[in-house]
Amino acid sequence: MSALNRKLLRELWQLRGQMASIALVVATGVMTLVTMRGGYETLVEAQAAYYRLARFPDLWVSLERAPEAVRAKLETIPDVARVETRISLAARLDLPEMEAPGLALIVSLPERGRPGLSDIVLRSGRLPAPGARDEVVVSENFATARGLVPGDSVRAIVNGRAWRLHVAGTAISPEHTYAVPPGALFPEDDRYGIFWMRQDAVGPAYDMDGAFNEALLKLAPEADTAAVMAEVDRLLEPYGGRGAYPRSDQFSHQTIQGELDQNRVMGTAIPVVFVGVAAFLLNLVLGRLVATQRTEVGVLKAFGYTDREVGRHYLRFAMVAVAVGTLAGAVLGARLGRAYVDLYGEYFHFPDLRYALSPALLLIASSVSAIAAAAGALTAVRQASRLPPAEAMRPERPARFEAGILERRGVGRSLPPAGRMILRNIERRPFRALISSIGVAFSVAILVIGMFMFDGVGFMMNLQFEVIQREDLALTFQEPVRASVSHQLERLDGVTRVELFRTAPARLRAGHREREVGLQGVPADARLRRVIASSGAVHPVPAQGVVLSERLANKLRVRPGDELEVEVLDGRRSSGSLRVAGVVDDFLGLSATMSLDALHDLAGGAPVVSGAWLSVREDRRADLYRSVKSMPAVAGVASPARMLESFRTQMAESLFVGVGFLLGFASIISVAVLYNGARIALSERSRELASLRVMGFRRGEVATLLLGEQALVTLLAIPCGWVLGYLMSFAVVTSLQTDAYRIPLVVSVRTYALAAVITLVAAAASGWIVRRRVDQLDLIAVLKTRE
Amino acid sequence: MSIPVGPGQEVGSPAAPPIIEARGLTKTYGAGDVEVHALRHVDFTLAAGEFVVILGPSGSGKSTLLNILGGLDVPTAGSLRFRDLDLTGMDGDELTNYRRRHVGFVFQFYNLIPSLTARENVALVTDIATDPMSASEALELVGLEARLDHFPSQLSGGEQQRVAIARAVAKQPDILLCDEPTGALDVETGRLVLEVLDQVNRATGATTAVITHNVAIGLLGDRVVHMSSGEIVETTVNAERASAAEVHW
Repeated sequence: MSALNRKLLRELWQLRGQMASIALVVATGVMTLVTMRGGYETLVEAQAAYYRLARFPDLWVSLERAPEAVRAKLETIPDVARVETRISLAARLDLPEMEAPGLALIVSLPERGRPGLSDIVLRSGRLPAPGARDEVVVSENFATARGLVPGDSVRAIVNGRAWRLHVAGTAISPEHTYAVPPGALFPEDDRYGIFWMRQDAVGPAYDMDGAFNEALLKLAPEADTAAVMAEVDRLLEPYGGRGAYPRSDQFSHQTIQGELDQNRVMGTAIPVVFVGVAAFLLNLVLGRLVATQRTEVGVLKAFGYTDREVGRHYLRFAMVAVAVGTLAGAVLGARLGRAYVDLYGEYFHFPDLRYALSPALLLIASSVSAIAAAAGALTAVRQASRLPPAEAMRPERPARFEAGILERRGVGRSLPPAGRMILRNIERRPFRALISSIGVAFSVAILVIGMFMFDGVGFMMNLQFEVIQREDLALTFQEPVRASVSHQLERLDGVTRVELFRTAPARLRAGHREREVGLQGVPADARLRRVIASSGAVHPVPAQGVVLSERLANKLRVRPGDELEVEVLDGRRSSGSLRVAGVVDDFLGLSATMSLDALHDLAGGAPVVSGAWLSVREDRRADLYRSVKSMPAVAGVASPARMLESFRTQMAESLFVGVGFLLGFASIISVAVLYNGARIALSERSRELASLRVMGFRRGEVATLLLGEQALVTLLAIPCGWVLGYLMSFAVVTSLQTDAYRIPLVVSVRTYALAAVITLVAAAASGWIVRRRVDQLDLIAVLKTRE
Repeated sequence: MSIPVGPGQEVGSPAAPPIIEARGLTKTYGAGDVEVHALRHVDFTLAAGEFVVILGPSGSGKSTLLNILGGLDVPTAGSLRFRDLDLTGMDGDELTNYRRRHVGFVFQFYNLIPSLTARENVALVTDIATDPMSASEALELVGLEARLDHFPSQLSGGEQQRVAIARAVAKQPDILLCDEPTGALDVETGRLVLEVLDQVNRATGATTAVITHNVAIGLLGDRVVHMSSGEIVETTVNAERASAAEVHW
């Protein structure tokens, strides 16, 4: 081994602390990219594979009832590649120990074989045998939650008749990954399941023999979706068609796509920040590291080493750190990637989910790190090798100092010499202090983006459950019922207030723009559910006209005062025009709200309602659940309190995992910046500090001088990090906005405080490590001639 | 005129009471085959107020002796007292306190803090001293009253060393230890620095020990201690201290 390489090895060992922290930053950058972006890519591939496997449709349409012959008409529409028809209806389940009624969505399978579109993926057991009238395949989530296995049975009330169904198997389907019972916001797997049965079993039970109420369509590549939808709607209008909707509006797909989009944004933004910060740190740290080796550079050149050889030598330092970091990052990233994918796998239920380490990602991450490291090291080497060897070997002249701007303005005049030293060191190298501050600010910002999502969602949920949903129970009816149902409900013991609502599928049209929505009618004097803006302000329900979500108004390009054409897609399929009475900036969905009476007038026919919101006495709630459950017309009962509880549990879990990850990452950045900053300052100023120790300064006093600078850098970085974090959060929120929801940009004081505290702890930890070095300063060396 | 004294012996201490008393000081580095004896059973006394020059070639043990006297290093064997304090058993913090209260150091390479002006470099020490003179007073003592607000980079080598001396004496130390204070300076500037040290010793009465390998400087001291291979080989007493102007090398 050449002497130069031996020097390299020894010095690598000597500088192992700094090298390790640089490698750790590289590892973190590589790891986040490999984990998050790699995880996202795996999920997208798995989703595509799942959709292919299940022959996931492009269009859905539900209708009242159409004879099977209509299917052939649908098949003749241009650009339609394949059509599948089926029966899909709700049934009640008899789940004795549940407070809220159990519900099943019964979906028909062809009489024999598998569906041509929207196939199911069996997880256990088998499909119902052809002709077996009481066999069912249940959704895996429901089976797991209820402890059902093939061979077990469930009692269902189908169309008023009790029916014992035998579980033949369990399955998953991309249509029902995210199965939310009517009236609820989240899946409730213990009381809501998807039941797949043979069509010849379902048909007679629902008087749907030889008919269907749902059609699925696969389109030709590059089909004109809007044109097909219009044609489907025209064809099915006589059969009570409720309007075709594309994949992007399919609930499970939309939810999962939302999650995946979030993954894409986070899986790109966070690794970019990390790899960027890693690159920046490598440049900074290696530059300073080489700068401290000025004398060595001089000696090497004096002995006849060329600039190129010297450069290569220092480049190796950089490459060792990058190589170690990349390797560690790849190994850890692949493990974490697997865990990450498993975590989502549990949620998404993709059948074939296997994380694969992407060589391309690894190459990108390691090249960015390597280039940054090389640039940092080479800049410093070039500076050092520009000096004539004789000068490089001589100790540096005392660094030039002067009273800085701050002092000339009187700041610091009252400071003790120690304070002035700190101030002048920063003023002398303001750029260096700034760069270090930016590094630390990034770690604060990462913590802010990591945690603000929970603030936003928390804020939204608070608004939803504390301000918007003020009812104790929300009932949804199987079928629209007469408004007189309110008398029946008011008579129930413990019910203190009843407010009826009606949700009618409707198409809103403004010029050539149109949108299908659930038009909601609420009492004009509603107290349990009101129209609430994101600011929390209550928007009154107008006697005439409709209040639209801001996003919906933007989609339709309408403003208050404009007229909309409305087509109600159920019952009598009446149409008319509606004035936009108001636009409200809310968070959830694309909502259109109007007064119940106005909706009755618009829809025509007898005034019917889809559900009711109840205020109940707390002590009667459990009994009420039971009596409501026994009402045959009631399809679902939802309790906001229950929803909030399940939401909070879910949030707490993801908060724990998410914040845990970010905490580690951000700490690594802080420690790497501050520890390296202090270590390099220590090696540059060890003589100065040791002199102070010789003069009788205590260890703590000397450490204060050194660490004071890092402390100031940290304190400066925290507010910058807050601002940076807020801006990055804004970018994230903007890119995550979808039709279904948008996350409000709310950053709580708790998030800011936590980000600051975590950074300060990381700073204190690196200070403590360096402090131990200060304690070990070689005092005697100071008295000796300069090396 | 100087009076030679026998090797390894320490005779002829002046009448003033001893401020430092070392007995059988031994310092070894390493162990076994590579053991190096830096000091071998050295007996040494410093009387209050005297100016001692310690002479010897490199490796003679003079720096080790100075380090131990200054509380920067501890002997492997032997005893060391400063007045009533036993320095041999002290831990790091106690030694720091000893240096803080009683010892002033002057280094060969000045070791000024580059980010502080001359005045502030001195103030750094007066801030932690119990009964210091003012920083400007100390700088006046070394003839730098006109350069108070200059940074080290704006001062010549001799001026930097004088700031270092001012910094060392400002706390009114009992002992002033100087390690090759003229080693990095040209003859003229070196002479000026020695003059300052001589003046300071006379003016403040700080017991002064100067390490050097420059024999000529020996003339400045009350006593000259010659060291070789870790032992005191000879001590001479000068009947009269020469002034810096009289010294030539």
